Amino acid sequence: MPQRDDLRAAFFEECEDLLAQMGDGLALMSDAADTPELETLHSVFRAVHSIKGGAGAFGLNGLVDFAHAFETVLDLMRSGRLSIGSTGMPTLLRAYDVLSDLVAAARDGVTEPSSMAAILVELDILADGGGADEEDIEFVPVPLDLSLPFASPVEPEPAPLGYMIAFAPSAALYLAGHEPAALLRALVRLGSARVIPDTDEVSPLAAFDPGSTALRWQLELSTCASRDEVDAILDTVSHLADVMIAPLVTHAAGMEEEASTQSRPSLPDQVPSEPGPIASLAMSNSDPVPVMEARVKGMDAAPASPIRGQPEATPVQMPVASTIRVNLDRVDRLINQIGELVIMEAMLSQAITNAQIEDGGDIANGLEGIKNLAASIQESVMSIRAQPLKPVFQRMQRITREAADATGKSVRLQTIGEGNEVDKTVIERLVDPLTHMIRNSVDHGIETAERRRSVGKPAEGLITLSAAHRSGRVIIDITDDGAGIDRARVRQIAEERGLVAPGAHLAPSDIDNLLFMPGFSSKEEVSALSGRGVGLDVVRREIQALGGRVTIQSVPGQGTTFTIALPLTLAVLEGMLIDVGGETMVLPLSSIVETMRPASVQVQYLGRAARMVASRGALIPIIDLAESFGFDPVGPLEQAILIIVEYDADRCVALAVNQIHDQRQVVIKSLEDNYGDVPGISAATILGDGRIALIIDPEEIVQSAAAESLALPHVANG
Amino acid sequence: MKFRILVIDDSPTMRGLVTAALEPAGFEIHQAQDGVNGLDRLAAADPHLVITDINMPRLDGFGVIQGIRTGATNASVPILVLTTEAGGDLKDRARRSGATGWIVKPFDEARLISTINLVLGV
Amino acid sequence: MRQMLIEHTPDQSDVVSFRIGDQDYCIDIDVVREIRGWSPTTVLPHSPPHITGVINLRGTVVAVVDLAARLGLPQTVPTPRHVVIIVSVNSQTVGLLADVVSDILGIDEGSVKPVPDVGPDPTRAFITNLITHDDGRILRKLDMDKILPRSAGGQPS
Repeated sequence: MPQRDDLRAAFFEECEDLLAQMGDGLALMSDAADTPELETLHSVFRAVHSIKGGAGAFGLNGLVDFAHAFETVLDLMRSGRLSIGSTGMPTLLRAYDVLSDLVAAARDGVTEPSSMAAILVELDILADGGGADEEDIEFVPVPLDLSLPFASPVEPEPAPLGYMIAFAPSAALYLAGHEPAALLRALVRLGSARVIPDTDEVSPLAAFDPGSTALRWQLELSTCASRDEVDAILDTVSHLADVMIAPLVTHAAGMEEEASTQSRPSLPDQVPSEPGPIASLAMSNSDPVPVMEARVKGMDAAPASPIRGQPEATPVQMPVASTIRVNLDRVDRLINQIGELVIMEAMLSQAITNAQIEDGGDIANGLEGIKNLAASIQESVMSIRAQPLKPVFQRMQRITREAADATGKSVRLQTIGEGNEVDKTVIERLVDPLTHMIRNSVDHGIETAERRRSVGKPAEGLITLSAAHRSGRVIIDITDDGAGIDRARVRQIAEERGLVAPGAHLAPSDIDNLLFMPGFSSKEEVSALSGRGVGLDVVRREIQALGGRVTIQSVPGQGTTFTIALPLTLAVLEGMLIDVGGETMVLPLSSIVETMRPASVQVQYLGRAARMVASRGALIPIIDLAESFGFDPVGPLEQAILIIVEYDADRCVALAVNQIHDQRQVVIKSLEDNYGDVPGISAATILGDGRIALIIDPEEIVQSAAAESLALPHVANG
Repeated sequence: MKFRILVIDDSPTMRGLVTAALEPAGFEIHQAQDGVNGLDRLAAADPHLVITDINMPRLDGFGVIQGIRTGATNASVPILVLTTEAGGDLKDRARRSGATGWIVKPFDEARLISTINLVLGV
Repeated sequence: MRQMLIEHTPDQSDVVSFRIGDQDYCIDIDVVREIRGWSPTTVLPHSPPHITGVINLRGTVVAVVDLAARLGLPQTVPTPRHVVIIVSVNSQTVGLLADVVSDILGIDEGSVKPVPDVGPDPTRAFITNLITHDDGRILRKLDMDKILPRSAGGQPS
C-alpha cells in the first residue's frame, strides 16, 4: 500500500503536469482571449480543479482557497457566463503564476507568496463580472464536507410528460425468474426513458437487502402512453415488487443537459431510439441557444467511446499516454551498460580478426547484427532521457511576464517548436541561461511602448522563443523585435571598461560579441531586472559547459536574435578521431568547420613562430595541437592536417594534427569523477580496442594558447 | 469474497488516496483515468461499486453514470460520486443521472468505508 | 592479462603488500578493489609525472598513479610484469602502479610502529606507519589520502 508521504509526493508530481497543462491552455487562451476554445477552458478548469481536490486531501488550505477562487472564474467562463476578453487575461496568467508558487510553497513547506492576496481580489472582481445571473450558478462553493446520500429532491410542478416509476423488486421476483431488465425494456418501449436507481430516500439504503444484488429502480419515462399501458406491464410482477407510478414533471435545468447529451453522436444506445419526446423537450427548453451550442461543441471535442464494448470502434482523439516514472540512475546505468556492450562488440570483432577464423561469413554476420542491435538499443535508451523543451519554454512565459511587469513594458512571448526533445540534463541546465536571455531581451531589447509607437511598431513587444532540430543539434533562437544592439553604446562601454583598445577596428559582429565578454556588464549599469549578478558572459559559459554555442545577430531598429546550438545529449557525441603526437583523440564534430592540407594552402608567418592560414577570406591562426598538449610537436605543417574549428561566435582557429582517422559517435565518460580537470580536455571516451581517447575542448585549447603567447591576433571575419 | 470497486478519476493522486484507503479495508480496487476509460473497463472489472469523479477529460462523471445505467453490462451497479463539488444542483443532476450517492472530497477514510459498506449492503 | 580478484574479508587488519623498487609497501586491503596486470594507458596532457595516464576499467575512466614517481623515486618504466592495484577511496577510483604484489598479510597490533624521524625525505610524507614482518621485512604503510589525485572537478595534484 502506498504511504501517505508517497501519495503526497505523487500529488506534487501530478501538480507539475497539471500546471504544464494549464500553461498550455492559458497560452492558447491568450492568443484568442475573446473567444477561447471551450475544450481549452475545460482543460484549464480541470487542472485547477484537480489541484484543488488533491490539495484538500492533504489539508493544504491556502492552496485549496486560491484554487477555488481561480476555478470559480474559469467555471463562469466555460459556462459562457463570463467573457473576460483580453483585459482579464493578465489576471488569469498572474493567478497561474501564484498557483504555481503556492504549489511549490506547499511542497517545500515555505510561506505562501505575498502576491496571493492581490490576485485573489482580482479574481473575485473578475468573478463578479460573471455572477450577474445568480440563480443560474451551478457551481456553488460550499465548505467541504462529507454528505451522503442525497437529500430529498424538490421537484417543480409543470405538466406531466410521462411517468416516474419506482420499481423495487423483491428477492422473490428473481426467484420467480423475472428479469428486471426485461421489464424495464418493456417500459422503455413505450417512449423514451432514463433508468436510475431510486435514491430519493435515505432509508432504502440503510435497508438495503444484502441478499439481493439488484438496485431499486427508478424510471423517468417520457411517453404519450396511458397509465393503463404502463400498469399492464408492471401488473405481472406487482406482487413481487414494490411499484409506485407518478406523473413525470420536467426540470428546466436538467433537460437542457439531457438534450445536449442526447445529441452526442458517439454515445449510441442511449436507451431507445425514439427521438420524439426528447427532441420536443429540447425545443421547449428555455436556455439561451449559444450555451447549448457551446456544450454540444464541447462534447464533440471530447467524444465518448461506445458503451457496448466494441473497442475497435472507439474514437481515440486524445490518446492517453501511459507512462511510468523511473529513477534516472537506472536509465544512466543502462546507458553505461550499452556503452560497454558497444565496446565489447568492437573488441570481439578485433579478436576474431586477429584469430583469422574462416567461418564463411557467419561470425561476421552475427557480429554485424549485434553491432546494429547495440546501436539501436543505444538510441532507444538515449531517447528515454530525452524530454521536450516545453516545460522550460513554459517557464519563460512567466519570466517574460515578470520582466515586462518590472520594466513597465508590454511584451508577449511566442514559443515555437517546444515539442523538440533534448536530454533531460541539458533541459535542466538550460533554464538559467534562457531566463537570463529572456530578461535581457525584455530589458535591453524591447523598447518602451511610446518609443515603439513613435517608430511605427505595435506597442506590445514580441519575443519569439523557437526550437528546431538541425543536423544532430537543437537550435534555440531568442528573437526580439526591439531596437537592436546600440553598437556605438556597446563600443563605448567596452572601451570605458578596457575591453577593447579605443579606436580599434571592429566589425559589427565583433561589437555584438563584446556583450559576451566577461566584465562587459557591471551591476551599477544594469537595471534592477537584469542585474542579478550575471552577465551574458555567464550565459555563454553555461551554454558552453553543455557542449553548446551561443551566437548573436542584430539589425538596428529591427531586433536581436540570440541563437543557442546544443547537443541533443550529454551522453554521446559525434566526433572526429584524430592522431595527435601518437595519441588518438576525439574532436567534437560540431565545432569543425573544415579540414585542409596545408600543402595546398598558403601558410603565413607572423613574427618568429606565429602561423596563420587563409580560409574563406579570413586569416586564421594555427595552433599545433600536439605542442599545446605538451607532446612532441606535429612538426612541419606540410605533413600535418589542419582542422578549422569554431571556438566562439564567428571565431576560428586552425588545429594542426598528425592525422585524421574517421568519424563516429562516441560515449562520453567523465574524467572528473576519478581524476579532475585536464586543460584542453572536456571528457574521455572508450574506443573499440578498449583504450581511452580524450575528447578535445577547442575553446580551452585556444584560451591556453592565448594565455601562453598573449599574441593571438584578433581575427575579424565578419 | 473481495468486493471489487472501480475508481474513475483523472487525478492519480485521488485514485491513489482512494486506493490507499480502501485496499487495506479488503476491497479490490480497479482504476480508470477518465470517463471513457472507466466505461471501457467496466465489463472487465465487473465491479460491485463504481466511484467516479465529475470533472474529467473526454467523458465527465455524468456521462459515466449515464453510460453505465444505459449500458449492456453492470447497468445496475451502485455508483458513488466523489467530487469537490457540493452544490445542490450538481447533486441533483448526478442523482437524476442515476448516481447512488455523493461523497465530497476531501473524504474521511472511515466514513468513505462505512458509506461503501452501506451501499454494498455489507 | 594477469588478473587477480581479492575476496573481501572482514578481518580489518589485513594488508596488501607490494614492492616498489627494492622496498616493501602496503595498503589496507579494504580499499583494494582488484589487482590487474599493467596495460597501456592513455596519456593525460599537462599531468604531473606521477600520473601514468588513464585506463578503461569496465567502462569507467580510471587514472593510474605511478607509485614510485609519487614517492619521489625514479619513474617506473612499466612492463607487462607490473601490476595496477585498483583502489577506491572516498568514492574515487584510482589505479596504483607497483612492481609486483607480494602478499596479503595479517597484521597484529604489536607490529605497527610509528615512522622514526629520518629527516626530510619526500617519501616520508606518504607513510603513516611501519610494520615489522616476521620474516624481517619492513612494510611501509601508505597514506591513501595523500597518494590519490584530488578529484571532483578540482585540479589534480
